[in-house]
Amino acid sequence: MANTRVAQRGLGTDGMLIALFLGIGVFYWLLVAARAMDPLISFHAYVFIIAFTAGLFGLVMYATKEPGDETGYQTAVVKAGTFASMFWGVAGFLVGVIIAFQLAFPNFLYFDELGWTNFGRLRPLHTSAVIFAFGGNVLIATSFYVVQRTCRARLAGGLAPWFVFWGYNLFIVVAATGYLAGVTQSREYAEPEWYADLWLTLVWVVYLLTFLGTIWKRKEPHIYVANWFYLSFIVTIAMLHIVNNLAWPVSIFSSKSYSLFAGVQDALTQWWYGHNAVGFFLTTGFLAIMYYFIPKRAERPVYSYRLSIVHFWSLIFIYIWAGPHHLHYTALPEWAQTLGMTFSIMLWMPSWGGMINGLMTLSGAWDKLRTDPVLRMMVVSVAFYGMSTFEGPVMSVRAVNSLSHYTDWTIGHVHSGALGWVGYISFGALYCLVPWLWKRKDLYSRALVEWHFWISTIGIVLYITSMWVSGIMQGLMWRAYNAFGFLEFSFVETVEAMHPYYIIRGTGGTLFLIGALIMAYNLWRTARGDLRAGEKRPAMAMQPALAE
Amino acid sequence: MSDKEVDEHSGVETTGHSWDGIKELNNPLPRWWLIVFWVCVAWSIGYWVLMPSWPGISGYLKGTRNHSERANVEVAVAELDAQRADATRRLLTAPNMETIENDPDLQAFALAAGESLFGDNCATCHGAGGQGFKGYPNLNDDDWLWGGKLEDIRQTIRYGIRSGHEDAHISLMQAYGSGGLLPRDTVDDLVHYVRSLSGQEHDAEAAARAAPAFEVQCVQCHGADGKGDQSQGAPNLTDPIWLYGGDAATIRETLWNGRGGVMPTWEGRLSEEEILALAVYVHSLGGGE
Repeated sequence: MANTRVAQRGLGTDGMLIALFLGIGVFYWLLVAARAMDPLISFHAYVFIIAFTAGLFGLVMYATKEPGDETGYQTAVVKAGTFASMFWGVAGFLVGVIIAFQLAFPNFLYFDELGWTNFGRLRPLHTSAVIFAFGGNVLIATSFYVVQRTCRARLAGGLAPWFVFWGYNLFIVVAATGYLAGVTQSREYAEPEWYADLWLTLVWVVYLLTFLGTIWKRKEPHIYVANWFYLSFIVTIAMLHIVNNLAWPVSIFSSKSYSLFAGVQDALTQWWYGHNAVGFFLTTGFLAIMYYFIPKRAERPVYSYRLSIVHFWSLIFIYIWAGPHHLHYTALPEWAQTLGMTFSIMLWMPSWGGMINGLMTLSGAWDKLRTDPVLRMMVVSVAFYGMSTFEGPVMSVRAVNSLSHYTDWTIGHVHSGALGWVGYISFGALYCLVPWLWKRKDLYSRALVEWHFWISTIGIVLYITSMWVSGIMQGLMWRAYNAFGFLEFSFVETVEAMHPYYIIRGTGGTLFLIGALIMAYNLWRTARGDLRAGEKRPAMAMQPALAE
Repeated sequence: MSDKEVDEHSGVETTGHSWDGIKELNNPLPRWWLIVFWVCVAWSIGYWVLMPSWPGISGYLKGTRNHSERANVEVAVAELDAQRADATRRLLTAPNMETIENDPDLQAFALAAGESLFGDNCATCHGAGGQGFKGYPNLNDDDWLWGGKLEDIRQTIRYGIRSGHEDAHISLMQAYGSGGLLPRDTVDDLVHYVRSLSGQEHDAEAAARAAPAFEVQCVQCHGADGKGDQSQGAPNLTDPIWLYGGDAATIRETLWNGRGGVMPTWEGRLSEEEILALAVYVHSLGGGE
């Protein structure tokens, strides 16, 4: 009998641990479902039960398959990451477009009987979908790819990277469904409640260990700069996430919790978190992408090793202090405002160090911008990075902030960073990754990348210019006084004045979404192995299949 | 892993490392970058010396300018109050509207304050221009429910209408249909009677049938001629101005379900001089009596 048995892969220690954990998890959530104090946690208990059961089922399927080759790079999880990135990206941009038009036309796609179509529920869905679902999946996928390549080592932890991928996306699903159902702890960019936060913490620790483990077994003597940036992102996000979400649940059977912080300490903790989520999620994480994909695509050496070291350490040391600039002219003591502002000013050059290294790496390869829209997208991304990291320190100055604070200028600033920098560097990385991962000669169509580039660039320009104009106008209207010191404009008059700019903003967002849809189609055809006929393609170096 | 080599394009040496084909040039830090960085640091240190900055055990560095935003705001508010003190006193002691109107400075002050207050407190219901909406009176016309004299308007703003304040205006348009006060046919006929008062298209027969019911139920508040009564907040039914609507369906709805719109009391939320300034402003909108 034994001779006829097909060799089975079985589960290693990694798989056994995950299986054990998922098994215990199913029982835990069954208990919560049985004793739930509110329907929301009951609903999420079933989400966890279904996901964990699916995970166990997946492990069984995996264990009974024939053993595969596990000596080369782990690319399957990166492929899954590119899918997830594109899916969440389109979803997040779509919700963004909807709420942009809800601001212009408040009843747009809002239905009285469907509470979740309200702006208040959709807004965190948009922000979390684009930052954490889209951005997070891009970061996880690219970090898993880059760390293997630059360490010449397969990802550590066996099945751990898969646990990270599915666990992170389960967190996204729990967060997103929670927003729509009304689960929130009302902390901006940290809305998910305590049980989702705990789950993310666990996933994140496994992510950190996987990443560190891979660096540990590297076959290169030195750690590449992109990996420092990834590591700073993983470590700091863990710290920010844990501290800002310190809370006491009403009961382990309740979806509600209360923060350990109160008053101005609470506000400061929140913005220490909020600002550094920008710093260590949206900046250092995506700088890591920039440091790998730009030199790789341009086939040029990184401009300055010394600059990369100096700007890395100055950036992470200074960034962490800048949060109080979100609380100018509030109950926050003035000395804390001063420190937040001055550290933001000092942050300018450390931020620009990344821009210089990105742009100057192109020296000797500038001609490629004409022929390679993917490289152009990444370079424009770095330009947007430079612009918004200059605008940020300017807006942190108290005198400027007294005009810009609470206005659409802030929204415009965020989106020049989000659409221009984070969006474009991610798009560039995905356009590089898909042909490399699926071992295709080239993208399905470079012409479609051109279309994507121009349509979404016009979209970004419409978005940020309309928000500059409406934001500054809004700020000026708010502070306009008549001869007797009474306010010149009522609030509703300022809203009325912004209406046309809201329409322009929505149009810009729509163009950005259309670009992303073109991209999704292009990547899909690329993965399938199609090449659009009749396109001129410059000769391109392929990624070596395996560098073991 | 390779040794240090010189990049052909720039002539700069690499660091000798290579990761997945990526090398690094050994360029120095850009000079301008370093200079701007240190200038920013120096500026920040200078700012710390001048302004409140680093915290210690029992307090924080106050800075040589001894700057305090809180103190500045208090001074600015006190200055504004002092600047307005005279006008405020004259406004509160003005015996009547004529006094205010005959004092152009005082009137301008009251109108400026009133306009600003109106935008943030009243426009939500009455519209940015006071044009009103269905159920929320137009303040630009000379048709007043509770009186359009300065003192009337002031009283309405201060106590509200059916607001729960003990001095608020109270009156009730009964629910004649749903409250079972009148049979369905009579309510339907009354619609025609009411429309006849303002000369709108109606069925004369039906109106005639409803005349006795109007006499019994409506005259008390709206008057025999239907011209209303400001002391009871009863609208004039003979003009083309309607709070809820003068079409047959809306009039029937009003008769059937009654009406009882609420305006909140502003006493306590706005100061006496703010209420007075608002009254002057509303009075000036066009219909003040």
